Amino acid sequence: MAQAVPAVQKWWNGGKSPFNVEYGKIMMWYFLMSDAFTFGAFLISYGTIRFATNSWPDPNHVFNSFPGLGAGYPLLFVSLMTFILIISSVTMVLAVQAGQDMDRKRVAKYLVFTILGGLAFLSCQAWEWTHLYGEGAWWGHNPFPNHNGSVATTNFSNFFFTITGFHGFHVFSGVIINIIMLIMTLQGKFDQRGHYLMIEKAGLYWHFVDLVWVFVFTCFYLI
Amino acid sequence: MSNEAILHGSEVSTHEAHHDGHGEHHHHETFISKYVFSMDHKMIAKQFLITGIIWAILGGLMSVLFRLQLGFPDATFPWLENILGHWAKGGKIQPEFYYALVTMHGTVLVFFVLTAGLSGTFANFLIPLQIGARDMASPFMNMLSYWFFFMSSVVMVSSLFIQTGPASGGWTSYPPLSALGDASLGSKTGMDLWLISMALFVVSSLLGGLNYISTILNMRTKGMSMTRLPLTIWALFFTAVLGVLSFPVLLSGFILLLFDRHAGTSFYLSDIFLASTQKALPNEGGSAILYQHLFWFLGHPEVYIILLPAMGMVSEVMSTNARKPIFGYMAMVGSIFAITILAFLVWAHHMFVTGLNPFLGSFFVLLTLLIAVPSAIKVFNWLTTLWRGNIRFTPAMLFAIGFVSLFISGGLTGIWLGNSSLDIHLHDTYFVIAHFHIVMGVASFFGMFCGVYHWFPKMYGRYLNNTMGYIHFWITIVGAYLIFWPMHYEGLAGMPRRYLDYSGWASFNQFGGLNHFISIVSMIVFAVQLLFVFNFFYSIFKGRRVKTENPWGSNTLEWTTPIHPGHGNWVGEIPEVHRWAYDYGKDGREFISQTEPISANESEHH
Repeated sequence: MAQAVPAVQKWWNGGKSPFNVEYGKIMMWYFLMSDAFTFGAFLISYGTIRFATNSWPDPNHVFNSFPGLGAGYPLLFVSLMTFILIISSVTMVLAVQAGQDMDRKRVAKYLVFTILGGLAFLSCQAWEWTHLYGEGAWWGHNPFPNHNGSVATTNFSNFFFTITGFHGFHVFSGVIINIIMLIMTLQGKFDQRGHYLMIEKAGLYWHFVDLVWVFVFTCFYLI
Repeated sequence: MSNEAILHGSEVSTHEAHHDGHGEHHHHETFISKYVFSMDHKMIAKQFLITGIIWAILGGLMSVLFRLQLGFPDATFPWLENILGHWAKGGKIQPEFYYALVTMHGTVLVFFVLTAGLSGTFANFLIPLQIGARDMASPFMNMLSYWFFFMSSVVMVSSLFIQTGPASGGWTSYPPLSALGDASLGSKTGMDLWLISMALFVVSSLLGGLNYISTILNMRTKGMSMTRLPLTIWALFFTAVLGVLSFPVLLSGFILLLFDRHAGTSFYLSDIFLASTQKALPNEGGSAILYQHLFWFLGHPEVYIILLPAMGMVSEVMSTNARKPIFGYMAMVGSIFAITILAFLVWAHHMFVTGLNPFLGSFFVLLTLLIAVPSAIKVFNWLTTLWRGNIRFTPAMLFAIGFVSLFISGGLTGIWLGNSSLDIHLHDTYFVIAHFHIVMGVASFFGMFCGVYHWFPKMYGRYLNNTMGYIHFWITIVGAYLIFWPMHYEGLAGMPRRYLDYSGWASFNQFGGLNHFISIVSMIVFAVQLLFVFNFFYSIFKGRRVKTENPWGSNTLEWTTPIHPGHGNWVGEIPEVHRWAYDYGKDGREFISQTEPISANESEHH
């Protein structure tokens, strides 16, 4: 017993990481908390403004187009986008898993899939933005009427483009990070280091971006 | 020190072997890598400190200029026109420029001096030295943190020199004033530069904060458990947490503001008629109050970002110079933690008069008044630490005691202001000015001075001049009270802040003499700060040399490093820690360093 007690306590006694992780991962977790506050502030702002407005455009009417099929498919396209992003999270998990197995080829393979997923999502977003822009929506312009038929304020578009834009910027950064990870993997940098921790950190970021999308998706498309 | 070595304690990498063999770095260092793009936390700390000092001079000078107007509203100063041009036409500060001055004074001192200059300096300097680490977790990010701060500074300074002048809508930059370029001169380019500068500042603070947190959690030397950390480190840790979680919200607010300014959005704007252009604006549906919520969600924690490092350093310096253990170490840690939590829950007390629901306001009153509890715990612990201590009145110690005095005086008026019913009368008066200048401004400055006087020997291997230090202390503390105490009376009489000239109001005419007096004292106090600046730079080169490693007889680890520590801090192995940082006056010994093992017949230990 006397020997077992210090073994438990030792984690916080200095000379080692209390969570048994290297500093980069702690930084990433704290950064994600920080970023969550940024998105939180945006979404809460959106919520308060929307709550204080009498009526709001109906997402089923705004987001009802699908490329090649035309209008009349409410939320179909955004479901595809969401599906792509979630699948890219799955491939990211597989890349992290492969990294823990020190399997360079498999890491590279799944990173490529993740990058493709990210690019596909961004392309979808580009299409959606272009489509909405074609309908007359942009920062400061909103053609969509409210639920109750009245003329809406521009804030529907304002928040939509600002927040999905900010999220898209995060996806874009994630794709860049993943491309850098892919290059480093192919160069064998992580094999030299003896661990694929960088992939895990990039993975944390990627999952976070996906998680944020779930909230953005809910707030703009479902509610 | 690479983190792998910490993770896998036994596997010492070749790089580490190099460390342990030679202790310190012997890289070939150029001037650029040593003094400019340095990755040594000690050099980065000095960069933050000196940039902060330059900012403090600028920010202080601004206050002298607008005090000139407030104290002598009828006089003209032709020399002002020589240096300020059309901003001081005919030797009188123009209203637009007066607003720019107060705005920049607030921005500069709150963010650039008391955030970057204070926690940037001491978090960088003290964290690795006091927890026993070779450097920060990521020296590179640490360097970036400084250079983002530097870029932010350059942008802010450049805004002083543009035709339409710097931002002038107050340091809080409330829309619609800040959102509409046509609303005032300062809301044009100056406001954009202000926002860009502040965005860079947020990045700097984030890079720094992430580093501080992960360094403190991950890089403590062997034996340095969390409860053996000096209180400075606890304070800096929670400061970093506050910054990492509150600055991003401000960034969101700024992004929305930028869109309102340039993209025709209406996040903060609704139903506006602009007198200057005789136009009704099309913006509809936004809320100016939303910005205030986002701003104060940072703005209030920011107060503690400024105050906590000062508290931590005061605790450390006070215990060292009272030659007594800090009273109630765990209570100190607990109250810092409580303050950190409460800091996020009180922001709306800045908004009692915005039309906030009074029912909601009452919750914010309660939470605000709750902060008095941890604050009082800290004050009593400081007083009890002093009680029957064997006090050495070094300049650092005087500033530490001065901090406690100011914290009490300014904190008590916080209890007034925290009550929403009283705040209806006191809001936006000089009472508020007096309150926050004493409790946050001057008190934190005292914490900073306390830190500079105490750790200057560690920074530069020389002492600051004591005589100048004493003059600096006494004139500053007496001056601070003479400046801000009378402002309470002005504020109670309803005298509003931000006015250019009070002589036109019969109710405030009576304060003409008092304003005159305040202005004169503020100039004297400013002059004494220049004496400190002189002392600082003079002593870097000519100060009395430090002869021993541990000149203050202190327990903490930074005093076990060589007088001029290299990059890597310790020669040879990093010392192991065996006790808490406050074994002063124990078992008849004056002080016992943290590195000394607990001996067999020692009395109860921590």
